[in-house]
Amino acid sequence: MSTRLTRGGRLIDRTTSQEFAFNGKKMRGYAGDTLAAALLANDQMLVGRSFKYHRPRGIVAAGPEEPNALVGLGKGARFEPNQRVTTTELFDGLEAESQNHWPSLEFDVGVINNSLARFLPGGFYYKTFMYPRAAWKHLFEPIIRQSAGLGKVPKERDADRYEQAYAFCDVLVIGGGIAGLQAALVAGASGARVIVLEQSAAWGGRAPVDGDLIEGGSADGWIGAAVKTLSLMENVTLKMRCMGAGVYDHGYVLADEKVSDHTPGDGRPKHRLWRIRAAQIITATGAIERPLSFAGNDLPGVMLAGSVRDFVVNFAVSPGDRTVVVTNNDDAYRTAIALKEAGLAVPCIIDARASVTGVLPAKAKALGIRIEAGKAIAKVKGGKRVTGVSLCVQAGEGSVLEEIACDAVAMSGGWSPVVHLWSHCGGKLTWDTANAHFRPDAARPPTGADGAAMVVAVGNANGVMTVAEVLADAARGGAVAAQAAGFTAEAVAAKAQSVAEAAMEAVWVMPQGASPKLRAKMWLDYQNDVKVSDVQLAAREGYSSVEHTKRYTTLGMATDQGKLSNINGLAVLADALNEEIPQVGTTTFRPPYTPVTLGALAGESRGEIFQPLRKTPMHAWHEKNQAYFEPVGLWRRPYCFPRAGENHEQAVHREVINTRTALGLLDASTLGKIIVKGPDAGRFLDMLYTGVMSSLPIGKCRYGLMCNEQGFLSDDGVVARIDEDTWLCHTTSGGADRIHAWMEDWLQCEWWDWQVYTANITEQLAQVAVVGPNARKLLEKLGGMDVSKESLPFMQWADGTLGGFPVRVYRISFSGELSYEIAVPASMGAAFWEALHKAGAEFGAMPYGTEALHIMRAEKGFIMIGDETDGTVIPQDLNLGWAISKKKADFLGKRGQERNYLASPDRWKLAGFETLDGSVVPDGSYIIAAGKNANGQGNTQGRVTSTYHSPTLKRGIAMGLIKGGLSRIGDVVEFNTVTGGTVKAKVVDPVFYDKDGEKPNV
Amino acid sequence: MLILECPYCGVKAEETELSPGYEAHLKRFGPGSSDEEFEAYMFARKNPKGVHFERWRHVYGCGKWFLAARDTNTLEVFGTYPAQSSEPPADLQDKIKAKRPDWKGYK
Amino acid sequence: MSNVVSALGNASFAGFAKITEVGPLGMISLRAKPDVKGLAEAIKAAVGTAVPAPREIEIAGGKAAGWMSPDEYLLVLPYGETDAALAAIAQAFGGAHHLAVVVSDARAVFRVEGAKADQVLAKLSPVDFATLGPKELRRTRAAQVAAAFWKDGDGYTLVCFRSVASYVMGLLTHSAMPGSEF
Repeated sequence: MSTRLTRGGRLIDRTTSQEFAFNGKKMRGYAGDTLAAALLANDQMLVGRSFKYHRPRGIVAAGPEEPNALVGLGKGARFEPNQRVTTTELFDGLEAESQNHWPSLEFDVGVINNSLARFLPGGFYYKTFMYPRAAWKHLFEPIIRQSAGLGKVPKERDADRYEQAYAFCDVLVIGGGIAGLQAALVAGASGARVIVLEQSAAWGGRAPVDGDLIEGGSADGWIGAAVKTLSLMENVTLKMRCMGAGVYDHGYVLADEKVSDHTPGDGRPKHRLWRIRAAQIITATGAIERPLSFAGNDLPGVMLAGSVRDFVVNFAVSPGDRTVVVTNNDDAYRTAIALKEAGLAVPCIIDARASVTGVLPAKAKALGIRIEAGKAIAKVKGGKRVTGVSLCVQAGEGSVLEEIACDAVAMSGGWSPVVHLWSHCGGKLTWDTANAHFRPDAARPPTGADGAAMVVAVGNANGVMTVAEVLADAARGGAVAAQAAGFTAEAVAAKAQSVAEAAMEAVWVMPQGASPKLRAKMWLDYQNDVKVSDVQLAAREGYSSVEHTKRYTTLGMATDQGKLSNINGLAVLADALNEEIPQVGTTTFRPPYTPVTLGALAGESRGEIFQPLRKTPMHAWHEKNQAYFEPVGLWRRPYCFPRAGENHEQAVHREVINTRTALGLLDASTLGKIIVKGPDAGRFLDMLYTGVMSSLPIGKCRYGLMCNEQGFLSDDGVVARIDEDTWLCHTTSGGADRIHAWMEDWLQCEWWDWQVYTANITEQLAQVAVVGPNARKLLEKLGGMDVSKESLPFMQWADGTLGGFPVRVYRISFSGELSYEIAVPASMGAAFWEALHKAGAEFGAMPYGTEALHIMRAEKGFIMIGDETDGTVIPQDLNLGWAISKKKADFLGKRGQERNYLASPDRWKLAGFETLDGSVVPDGSYIIAAGKNANGQGNTQGRVTSTYHSPTLKRGIAMGLIKGGLSRIGDVVEFNTVTGGTVKAKVVDPVFYDKDGEKPNV
Repeated sequence: MLILECPYCGVKAEETELSPGYEAHLKRFGPGSSDEEFEAYMFARKNPKGVHFERWRHVYGCGKWFLAARDTNTLEVFGTYPAQSSEPPADLQDKIKAKRPDWKGYK
Repeated sequence: MSNVVSALGNASFAGFAKITEVGPLGMISLRAKPDVKGLAEAIKAAVGTAVPAPREIEIAGGKAAGWMSPDEYLLVLPYGETDAALAAIAQAFGGAHHLAVVVSDARAVFRVEGAKADQVLAKLSPVDFATLGPKELRRTRAAQVAAAFWKDGDGYTLVCFRSVASYVMGLLTHSAMPGSEF
């Protein structure tokens, strides 16, 4: 059984006991424990079930590579699924539950999949798609849906806060082991700005566990001194619990800092996502040990040898009293020695190498440990935990020589450098035959903005495996990076004595001639249940690309992204394809290195500040007066102002009728307002608008259209001539920024010699449309300026004061009524709006919203950009040819409109529609035509663009585009409906109300 | 995420502070141009793997449009220069030629 | 004038840094080429400072002139003094081509104060505060909206568009929450 040792544990504080719960069972651990260490200390070997076969699974690793031990952490609003116990720090009150089992971890019905394993081979999902079709729908899909997914989705809104922050440095060191610290010391000494990231809560990595001696003392001593030196350097920032997640273009790095994962609810943000920009990046990310592929290598109790050592040395936790070590290299002997020195039994070291000669094996032998060279594990015995192993020769097929009782197996297939961050942005790899791993190819690094290398890999991450070499390599890397960032650095490395290690021997299947039956129990990918036999099957079925094999078998597609399985899997594939591993290559490494929670990626963008909501100066009044808002770009505009007992439709209809018969007030502040000024401003506007603006007299207004260079309508609005060289251009609410950018584009990039300045003053002014037969009465009551027809006729503007407010008043109308659009400085907008309501009460003033505005403009046949236009409509399609100058030699869009297909008589053009039964044509309807097209779909001859119930006419009205346009007036056509039927409508003039335009002109 | 130095204000702006404007050094063809000329102006865009000239606007900064020469494959940035340039500066062209001997020129 | 209100009515928040919406503040957007005759006189007359160098702001008491782009300056002055300043600017330029327009009401202005004020902004803007010049006016974005800020006294003055004032207040509040300093 796994247990806590009475002595040792360099990372735990035995004076601080912490209580936690696993599946509701109370347990105790120490401060400094990971949840994995604490679970093992409580003999909790079984921690989860595998994804596909629901096999019992225990802890395999001690770090972020852990594939099995994922738990649901926390409760309610702080519940998080799929948390690795090996990277979860223990805290008092921690609650965890195991995943992917029903009804319980101990007894799981889904394990039946395990006995059906031969019916669930590699590519099972894809095969079920193929045939019979009914089987997918009724059999496979429900089963897969039932069993798919590991953790549960949190049900409550996340109680925590997340944030992001930007950081900049010359040298970013990713990894706080001895390599990272050494590199940082060198780079820091050069004066470069250095940031060091360490994903765990302890500096120094694995060197202290391995018992390395540095500068004549313990690794711990050197690490402590190094961290102290670095923390005293003003140019160095150390960040713990901060995982370098991804390396991107031009030295951009994302790092996930777990600020309060270990102190939940203390008010600090849970995570902080760092967006770091570094001139140079050093990856000191270490190496990950590989499992060996022997039958039963997934049973709880089978662990990586280095991880067993981590648990013993760091946390004083033993995975078992009797641990068999199985290896193909010398490093695993350190585990046997550490176990022995901790007073535990190591019945046997099973070494696949025929000849065992190293210093470490000699030391193990001296400690009295039995070593079996040239041997292998034929099979691990046990169910929910290991009870023993059967020994065989590595060269054979698995005939059992001997059974060895044990309760844990420590395996080592060699070490693979963590090349993920090197690879993210294009760093290439080279195959190292001696160590049987891929390592960074320094000749083909990721390159930055200047075309030069921007990443340096050091230490284990660079394929350098012994302590003395690691420190020298890290010092070199620190100097290279600092120099590349423009500093003078010296590669001074700490001295260390390395224990010589004999060569490892690549072992991809154990024993090498294992039978198919054994191979079907050799796990490559623990989480996704991919075995040696599955990869071999994929190869037989023709999958020769490693990328295809990955997706077909799901090898490496689990939450651990193949950290343990990648090399083993592609070695098996290469063997099955009779190719060399480098020829088969690896799959692509993509960020993040380990999963980053969505909360950190969203950062502050939640709730009220999910996105910027633009508010007019009158917004608070609208809220207070029960406005129902709709989004218009990022603006929030009142759609209508429902009164007690009214639904939205009733409110809208009341607002229309009131505006047409009495007085309506519209908050039109969102309307775009752009000042265009200069000696060439008139000429410029003549290029921008289809009509002529240079001839507009001072004091007058003119409606204008803007097109893009293809000739399609892009925006519209009223232009006012302010003085000799100044115009004010109104744009649509959604178009202000876009049109301002459009103007600047042409002024800066095409006509840069023209003397024109623009200013987007949209937000400087609050604007109110005072609309209806009583509009003038209200303004006259406020007083201050002459608003009579004679002094201020239709389509003119004037400056003055109204009720003491400084105003600019435009006589323009988008409703067809007598209308004044009045601009005041935004800071006075709220006060002016209130003053209008107060003074307007006796004239029946009511606010109206965007929907009433839309209905009234549709009743007038006015087009709306975005309704009648969709980026494929030219003004001529909308019968707006009158607004296009025939005289001008050029304007933006003129050449585009000359393309012959835009002159085709077949184009759909604007007309009005009245349903025969008075109903409203459904939004999005098409006008059907006879026959079918080449795809067997019904032909069409037009579509609706705006459709409303007109409260004024008390019937459905619509605008739409129809082949033939106004020449079709009088025809009866059919619009399709969502339910499958049609609505009959008569083609009419699109101006439904006040055809002669008498009402606004009074 | 790219960093481009705005030639107007000198800010080394990251991509999120910029907005892209696609291919640089296009010649506008207006009324009177042939269909072929107009098509080339409007639609025929280069998409090289290698040296490319682009328009960018420092939209969250000084608001100015500028032009950038970069390698679309390696993302190496050769230089940025004002939008009021009818062709890339000579020294920039020399720099690119030195780094990419196979480069055929900006046209 | 009692009718004049800033976007958020001078709302404030005390976290590890203090956030205050200030204003209304007078602002003029002045567009002119740097070599145009009358520019220095116009800025001097309007706010009493020299023409700011690129990316810098010249501060003189409650007034300031900031460099916004090669042909744009932001003049800061008391809210009620903009009309007089506009007149002075027009006079200084004579007939020279320029554009001066009041933008006081189009803006919201915040003060972010405290020893770690820079951290509040570093969470929102891709700006290296270690290399920010003492007189630098930095135009950038704060999360999803345009912003400009400069160091002034023991904190920063941040300017954004008025319509997004409550969004920016939300950002600053979130970033300045107690315990979230680095």
